[in-house]
Amino acid sequence: MDLLVAENITKTFAKHRALNNVSISVPENSIFGLLGPNGAGKTTLIRIINQITGPDSGKVFLGGEKLQPKHIEYIGYLPEERGLYKKMTVGEQSIYLARLKGLSKSDAKKQLKYWFEKYEIGAWWDKKVEELSKGMQQKIQFIITILHKPKLLIFDEPFSGFDPINTNLLKEEILNLRNEGATVIFSTHNMASVEEICDHIALINKSKKILDGKVSDIQDEYKTSTYEIEYDSNTTQLSEFIPSNFEIVMKEELERGFRAKIKLPSDNHTNELLTALMKNSRIKLFKEIIPSMNEIFIRKVTNN
Amino acid sequence: MNKIWLVIQREYLSRVQKKSFIIMTILGPILMAALFIVPVYIATVSDEIKVVGIVDESGFFTDAFENSDKLKFKEMHMDIDEAKESYKKIGYNMVLYIPKPSYTYPKKIIIYSQSEPGMNVERKIRKSINDDLRTMRLKDAGVGDDVISAMKDGVNLTSIKLGENGSEEKRTGTLNFILGTVLSLAIYFFIFFYGTQVMRGVIEEKTSRIIEVIISSLKPFQLMMGKIIGLSMVGLTQFLLWVIITTSIITGAKFAFSDNLAEIEKYQMQKTGQVIDPANQVEVNAQYDKTAEILETVMSIDFKVIIGSFLFYFLFGYLLYGALFAAIGGAVDNDADTQQFILPVTIPLIISIMALQPITNNPDGPVAFWLSIIPLTSPISMMIRIPFGVPWWQLALSMSLLVGGFIFFTWVAGKIYRVGILMYGKKISYKELWKWLRY
Repeated sequence: MDLLVAENITKTFAKHRALNNVSISVPENSIFGLLGPNGAGKTTLIRIINQITGPDSGKVFLGGEKLQPKHIEYIGYLPEERGLYKKMTVGEQSIYLARLKGLSKSDAKKQLKYWFEKYEIGAWWDKKVEELSKGMQQKIQFIITILHKPKLLIFDEPFSGFDPINTNLLKEEILNLRNEGATVIFSTHNMASVEEICDHIALINKSKKILDGKVSDIQDEYKTSTYEIEYDSNTTQLSEFIPSNFEIVMKEELERGFRAKIKLPSDNHTNELLTALMKNSRIKLFKEIIPSMNEIFIRKVTNN
Repeated sequence: MNKIWLVIQREYLSRVQKKSFIIMTILGPILMAALFIVPVYIATVSDEIKVVGIVDESGFFTDAFENSDKLKFKEMHMDIDEAKESYKKIGYNMVLYIPKPSYTYPKKIIIYSQSEPGMNVERKIRKSINDDLRTMRLKDAGVGDDVISAMKDGVNLTSIKLGENGSEEKRTGTLNFILGTVLSLAIYFFIFFYGTQVMRGVIEEKTSRIIEVIISSLKPFQLMMGKIIGLSMVGLTQFLLWVIITTSIITGAKFAFSDNLAEIEKYQMQKTGQVIDPANQVEVNAQYDKTAEILETVMSIDFKVIIGSFLFYFLFGYLLYGALFAAIGGAVDNDADTQQFILPVTIPLIISIMALQPITNNPDGPVAFWLSIIPLTSPISMMIRIPFGVPWWQLALSMSLLVGGFIFFTWVAGKIYRVGILMYGKKISYKELWKWLRY
């Protein structure tokens, strides 16, 4: 079932069209990557989901209901442009922001205590935010975002500004939350993290959605039946013993042996390739080349 | 509603707990009290007694000068050159030289002294001599003593306001002027100070980038109103504390300097008035009359109307301008960019303060009328007029226009604010603002 459905969203600012008839469906209990280059319209879509702005046309449904003010409490949002009140203490501020999301004061305190203990940052409670490092502030912002146990979590470029250790921590936590039942929308142009954690994606470019679906399906679709091989052979040339309709995309000599990429007419020909290889050389590696999301992203965006 | 309340709470508490607020709250009244106390203190304590030596060659003025607490007159039986040399040795501060007149009465007199004699001393000497001269000249012209003393009596001017139904009410020109000025200045400063605080608060939320986190939890309009209302409560708290602290300091000071203060003298005079001998009774009665007169005029001021309308204009004037300042804060990225937008917003405020004089001179004139009707200037201009009495229909019109103006400007400000708070790193022009209104 889809937790969030956005249908034919269009949004125009003065003369600039930020979103043009964009539809997305975010399945429940999954991590959904919202991808696209800068200025594509990702943040606008996210703001519409958060009811910060309204669409000119189109509808958004959350859990089957038309989006309405009470849904604010079901959503946790970590914006790309994020910060905290510098002069307020961490504790006061966290309670304030949690209460704005509808938590009671005592619930907020209880939840905060749990997370602060988990991350071992209890000592920061009475510190002013301006005394903390940027990484520390990010941790607090993350905790505040997930504190009210939202059904839907929206992270806009969550890893920007995080060091590798915190990035990992965050990734793990996002996966944890998904496993515990949350649905996550995850906007980024960091493709490596997309492959790692996203189940579904939508790619937006120039205010239009140009690609969406399951990550594995998309990768399947963009596969070119190309295989990477490594082998030892000192007698014959590769091109001489493989069938002529197999295309050698790349070949190079390694310290010991060779590496090559071969494009097959279709995936059904893998065994033919293997047989040919086995006869003439010792195979060290045989692997299907799956296009990275980065490649797909670049190909789609530049073709578009 | 609940969320606005949370914002109000945060704005209020975070500011009231600030060091600057506490310092201002304590320092303000001390400064204000000092404004009242220091002049009294200086007048009573620091002034030494000045002794004026008189060399009167004319021989007319030996009795003209009355000694007072601060100023003593001593005749010097020597010629002027000697006096100039020796006055310091004798312990006098200056020499007043009245040369022998060539015809009847002297035309000029001279003060010799090392340090400035001071305006008060000069005025007193001039007045004493002129009074005496006038009397002497009148006598020379054959005017009788009774006429001369009768000439010294003046009149009291009382202005009575006639109501539509023939009722009579004592007018209180000066008091009205003071009341109107103080109240309208209070509104002016409150709007200015707390209006810019609203603006700073908005800019702070923008530059710290917390704004988007917050407005994913509530509507921008709620945040804006919460901030404006929260700050108005901070302002009211400060105002109230100032009034309380200032009054207690002044009251305390009154007792500390009680001997020197005219107020207390008056009080004592009234208390002992009954047992004073009949010769003084007249003077005491006159004192009574004056006090009673002031009391009467004070009582004739309609405090219910004044306090009521003060609170109304105070509140709605601030709310209106608070919204405008919030819009400015939303539109810009930092304090430096605010100038071009602050100016047009503050022009109506400055105009109404500049119109203070014309309005008090002619509280029912066209300038007073229009400025007190137009919503942007009415909070201050109407407040100047109210102690003088304003027709009900004008007050009603002005108030409803102000409420209407408040709604309109809040709506406009809300639109600008809503768009502006999510815009970063963009220099905003008026053209841009106009576009935002139509988003």
